[in-house]
Amino acid sequence: MALRCEGTLGKRRKFTIFLFELKEFAKFMRSCDFNYSRFTQQELPACKPILTPKWVISTFLLVSVVFIPIGVVSLLASQDVVEIVYRYDNECIPLDSVNDKVGFIQSSQDKTCNRILTVPKRMEQPIYVYYQLDNFYQNHRRYVRSRNDQQLRSPGNERETSSCSPEDTTADGNPIVPCGLIAWSLFNDTYGFTRGNQQLAINKRDISWKSDRDRKFGSNVFPRNFQNGTLIGGARLDTSIPLSEQEDLIVWMRTAALPTFRKLYGKIEVDLQAGDAINVTLINNYNTYSFNGKKKLVLSTSSWLGGKNDFVGIAYLTVGGLCFFLAMVFMLIYLIKPRQLGDPSYLSWNRNAGGH
Amino acid sequence: MRTGRKKRFKFSNIYSFKCGKGLFKDDHSQIGGPGFSRVVYCNEPDGLDASLRNYATNYVRTTKYTAATFLPKSLFEQFRRVANFYFLVTGILSFTSLAPYSAVSAIVPLIVVIGATMAKEGIEDWRRKQQDIEVNNRKVKVHEGGGKFKQTEWKNLKVGHIVKVEKDEFFPADLVLLSSSYEDAVCYVETMNLDGETNLKLKQALEVTSSLNEEDIKNFWAVVKCEDPNANLYSFVGSMEFEGQQHPLSPQQLLLRDSKLRNTDHIYGAVIFTGHDTKVIQNSTKPPSKRSKVEKKMDKIVYLLFGVLFLIAFFGSVYFGIVTKDDLDGQRKRWYLRPDDADIFFDPERAPIAAIYHFLTALLLYSYLIPISLYVSIEIVKVLQSIFINQDVLMYYEEADKPAHARTSNLNEELGQVDTILSDKTGTLTCNSMEFIKCSVAGTAYGSGVTEVEKAVAKRKGAPLTENGKDDNERPVDSPKKSSVKGFNFYDERIMNGNWVNEPRSDVIQKFFRLLAICHTAIPDIDENTGKVVYEAESPDEAAFVIAARELGFEFFKRTQKNVYVKELNLVSGKRVERSFELLNVLEFNSSRKRMSVIVRDEEGKLLLLCKGADSVMFERLAKNGREYEEQTREHVNEYADAGLRTLILAYRELNEEEYNVFDEKFSEAKNAVSADREALIDEVTEEIEKDLILLGATAVEDKLQQGVPECIDKLAQAGIKIWVLTGDKMETAINIGVLRQITEGKSQIAKSGSEAFALIIDGKSLAYALHDDIKKLFLELSIGCASVICCRSSPKQKALVTRLVKEGIKKTTLAIGDGANDVGMLQEADIGIGISGVEGMQAVMSSDIAIAQFRFLERLLLVHGHWCYRRISSMICYFFYKNVTFGFTLFLYEAYASFSGQPAYNDWFLSLYNVFFTSLPVIAMGVFDQDFPLLYQEGVQNVLFSWSRIIGWMLNGVASAIIIFFFCVRALNPQAFNNDGKIAEYQILGTTMYTCVVWVVNCQMALAISYFTLIQHIFIWGGIILWYIFLLAYGAMPLKVSTTAYKVFVESLAPTPSFYVVTVFVVISALVPYFVYKAVQMRFFPMYHGMIQWIRYEGRSEDPEYCNMVRQRSIRHNTVGFTARSLARTSPLQDGNKNQR
Repeated sequence: MALRCEGTLGKRRKFTIFLFELKEFAKFMRSCDFNYSRFTQQELPACKPILTPKWVISTFLLVSVVFIPIGVVSLLASQDVVEIVYRYDNECIPLDSVNDKVGFIQSSQDKTCNRILTVPKRMEQPIYVYYQLDNFYQNHRRYVRSRNDQQLRSPGNERETSSCSPEDTTADGNPIVPCGLIAWSLFNDTYGFTRGNQQLAINKRDISWKSDRDRKFGSNVFPRNFQNGTLIGGARLDTSIPLSEQEDLIVWMRTAALPTFRKLYGKIEVDLQAGDAINVTLINNYNTYSFNGKKKLVLSTSSWLGGKNDFVGIAYLTVGGLCFFLAMVFMLIYLIKPRQLGDPSYLSWNRNAGGH
Repeated sequence: MRTGRKKRFKFSNIYSFKCGKGLFKDDHSQIGGPGFSRVVYCNEPDGLDASLRNYATNYVRTTKYTAATFLPKSLFEQFRRVANFYFLVTGILSFTSLAPYSAVSAIVPLIVVIGATMAKEGIEDWRRKQQDIEVNNRKVKVHEGGGKFKQTEWKNLKVGHIVKVEKDEFFPADLVLLSSSYEDAVCYVETMNLDGETNLKLKQALEVTSSLNEEDIKNFWAVVKCEDPNANLYSFVGSMEFEGQQHPLSPQQLLLRDSKLRNTDHIYGAVIFTGHDTKVIQNSTKPPSKRSKVEKKMDKIVYLLFGVLFLIAFFGSVYFGIVTKDDLDGQRKRWYLRPDDADIFFDPERAPIAAIYHFLTALLLYSYLIPISLYVSIEIVKVLQSIFINQDVLMYYEEADKPAHARTSNLNEELGQVDTILSDKTGTLTCNSMEFIKCSVAGTAYGSGVTEVEKAVAKRKGAPLTENGKDDNERPVDSPKKSSVKGFNFYDERIMNGNWVNEPRSDVIQKFFRLLAICHTAIPDIDENTGKVVYEAESPDEAAFVIAARELGFEFFKRTQKNVYVKELNLVSGKRVERSFELLNVLEFNSSRKRMSVIVRDEEGKLLLLCKGADSVMFERLAKNGREYEEQTREHVNEYADAGLRTLILAYRELNEEEYNVFDEKFSEAKNAVSADREALIDEVTEEIEKDLILLGATAVEDKLQQGVPECIDKLAQAGIKIWVLTGDKMETAINIGVLRQITEGKSQIAKSGSEAFALIIDGKSLAYALHDDIKKLFLELSIGCASVICCRSSPKQKALVTRLVKEGIKKTTLAIGDGANDVGMLQEADIGIGISGVEGMQAVMSSDIAIAQFRFLERLLLVHGHWCYRRISSMICYFFYKNVTFGFTLFLYEAYASFSGQPAYNDWFLSLYNVFFTSLPVIAMGVFDQDFPLLYQEGVQNVLFSWSRIIGWMLNGVASAIIIFFFCVRALNPQAFNNDGKIAEYQILGTTMYTCVVWVVNCQMALAISYFTLIQHIFIWGGIILWYIFLLAYGAMPLKVSTTAYKVFVESLAPTPSFYVVTVFVVISALVPYFVYKAVQMRFFPMYHGMIQWIRYEGRSEDPEYCNMVRQRSIRHNTVGFTARSLARTSPLQDGNKNQR
């Protein structure tokens, strides 16, 4: 093919282009006002960044200038959040069962457990109620895949139980809706809160993502044959409520990324004052004792940055500070020991040779 | 017209063969036996017998694949690569339930990558196919019976057809010449496509068929029996049965496919070999495929990564097995996994087997450590780099309209690592256009021109040219002849303008120039514009001689079938007269004879043998009474050689009739012998007559250096490249050319620095000993210790052997450069073969990897393109591994938090598109556009940019990035609420955020590492990031069934949430800080070469040559620690050279 270059090249020749037809490419390049000859001669305009002291120092300063305020703001946001974390898995075991927690949890004894939590600081509504599980591998591959999204979405697909084994069908071959290990192991501890005599209502609406309710869980799919087997995993479901309204299930089915995770239980929509004593009525059903898991109850407010976690703020401050420190160090080096840039006598080998 | 005039000659007589009534002997007895089974019934292509024999059709296919074999064959080619094969296996495994991701997502990138490579193969092959179609559909006139010819396509030709080929057409198949438009059935053939030689070859038909014309063809019938198809272009054994008689056929009658009919109106020929049986197709071998060192090392890195992959997969599996076993009866019974009812992959009771299966799963999962698109990206980059080489205006030779041509793109980066250049001399360093400059006649030296070598030597010695020399230097400039006559640079009052008659030995001078005017094979041609005679000669040497003879008054102006006509001065009358010499025989030149003779009968009837040849063979052939001037001549010849000139000895003898008759008979017998040892026979016969010669004198011609060669050598030496010269020249000539090339220069400076440098000069004979196995090593050590090496009088095979010795001995990259057929072995042996597409034909070019038009382009090819390609490819590969290690390790770290169950951290499609879309374009842009400074050539030779420390460094950087990304993301997002609404960052949110960070970090890292930012890089780097967000949007908007965990994740969860941005910014910057600090510190305290040059540039000190020189000096000293002597030797002439240039 013949490429024609304009300008200084003068007399042109036919190029044999090796392998590829670049005609189209060239056309494209020219169409966007691209100087093709500069392209082929590798003379495109370019900047050649070089790490001069000025650049190094200003980059570090810039990073610290940006990071430190963000860090401060993040830290403040995190500090604003009031959080009550209460671990109850050991607390709610009767004394006589301490040596056989698994036996206790699997028995049919009354597992109700009343505790009082004191509010350390004023908590503005909405107060989010979470349960936190520890050492629970919701991200285990077998577990994650043990569900069927088609079945959850539409009643016509109830026989779609592939990948749900062994919780796919009942012994007589009827499909379980919702099938799979995730649904089967649904968390079934319950919490009730009273402040004095006042019952604190727990709002379970909108604790799940909207797209899950609208798309993933059908509004006309009802639980069937659920927890009917010999082995009961977790909570039972009300067969009269469609899956799209079973928000506990929806939250649970959105699997956690890590073995320590919180899940939203509900919202308390009244403000709590500092010093308030909250009476929590726990029903400790869920078996985390088999795998040494912890269970925690979390009450937390939220900020624009989410829940309470100082890590982001501190990390920002640390990196910002480090960059500032580096900027200072580099500046000092340049000030105290200015050296002619590109002086070859500073080359490592030359210095070494001198040292020997 | 020229051609019209030529047609009148019977040129068959000029050449020494006489059309033979051949004798049946030697090879011809084998006809019909094994290897000689071919029988061709001429003019009966469709006869019964011909159809039984079923010879190949004339359809020629050069494509690698056919429509049917393309798929299986190219797939096979693809999966021969270990990495591709691995991906194929993972692709297949991904259909089983072992796979941690969906099969489609694993297969698609593989298909994209393999598809891209196959498309490339396909396009290449399709172009070959187009070429085939063009060739196969060329038209030729075929006899269809009844004396009529019709046009048909080449592909329809069959063995036995009679074809008529017209002027300037290609022969469609291998033909036996039957007759031509010339009376004596000769024709001229141009074999450019076969051997690259541009001079025309003469072919002649058998006498019995020479009278065939269009009318006779219809009744023509003959049977040709001949050898089976083979690849030997220069032999052919066969016989023709015609009119009841056997006639031997030789290569003289064979017209080869792809050669061209020239200067002949038409010929008739019988098709003997068709299609793939033809000699040229049989001869076409694939160029040896060479792989660059970088690529070989890259394979090692791939293996290393495979090692890492297996290691972490093994580690994970062991852990997985232990944990799984615990599920049923250990401390941690994870009842929610239903271990009591698990399938084999998770069954605690069969935990070891589950672990083994898990190992496979892990291999699939961590496959992202291996960059799937690496090979295809590199290929794309290399193709683009080759285009840059091909299109470079600075390597375009305008005079010959020849750009550089990278015939293979495999070796681009190898060009940046050349340690030793092995160069041919004639035609490579020199122009191969000869100038007659001196001669020695009858023991007297004539000619006072100063050669470039002499100038250089004088310059080096620092002494001003002698008075005499100065005069010489000036005089030719004044002389108008110098500029007007090409190939003639001779000036001497004593013999020019007819003054030679006054010289004491004018009779010898007359014989001398007469010999020059007669003893050659040039053809004169009168330029119609100027009326001057110009010559078409086989070699430039020869042309120079004829021109010299003409300029000195012995004008060869006409050649007929039998005679050579020369205009010369009649000594008696003082007038110019035409003399004719009857040309009886030409004893041609070849490299073993090293001489050429003609036998002529002059006007008085005297028989003369005129001979010119190399001194090594000529002096021993002199008669006792012919050695009158031997001593002086020898002295002169040595002087000429010292001055870098090519010398020839001229001698003659008179023959008597009987002697000649005996010789003639023997000679024609030998010539007509059609057997393998014909050459030897001829040599033997000629040996007998070329003796007892009488010495006339010697000639000296100068082979001019190509433009820019000394400067180029100087630059290459500055870059620390060693140069060896392998030449066929005499030792003295070679040494002096070496001096001229400055490679042995600078001994005085070396002495000053207290160390010594030597140049090793070795000739062919000694080389033969030196290359023996037992002392090979010693020789190599010696030569490595020398500043430069010149091997003279070396044969093509020796050149190749030396090349191999160097290549294997120093384990560094060697580059061979040459222009002639004798360099082919060397070019193929070296790591890189560069062909000069000059005048000596195309053979070197055809076997080279890269062809350039002039030696001086080597500087740009190596120092600019080579270095850039090296830098680009090595940075690109390092970066490729970096990005994959980063990605792969985030997966691995996540596994640690998922009890190594094989659950990937990211969505299936995020995984599979990482390599193909979000990160590969910037790497390609880097591979195509990054630049630095050509001064840094030693980086390539020492391989600092692709050293293990750098590779491992990049990988560790990748691990560091992965750790920072993973832990910062996890710590920042877990376990608290993610947004204002109390929602938690679960699997999809954490995965997507992490992935976003990876894409950012990897692309920004590239931006930091790049030293040459063009618009295109901006587009690709930032485009890659933007592409990720666009993809996230589009993918999230797809139906749930497709997008699974990514459904609306960006729109609903990430985009409205501040912590997503806060975390991204933080993680990206923190992950880049370590590299930035490293780079700043390195730049400040331990700059690499390119860093230093960047400083220089920045400071604008590049204008200060002394400063640059200092930097260069220091960097070179560092380069060759341990070879101080050599490096010093190299350094000093550089300074010197620089000063000279300034």
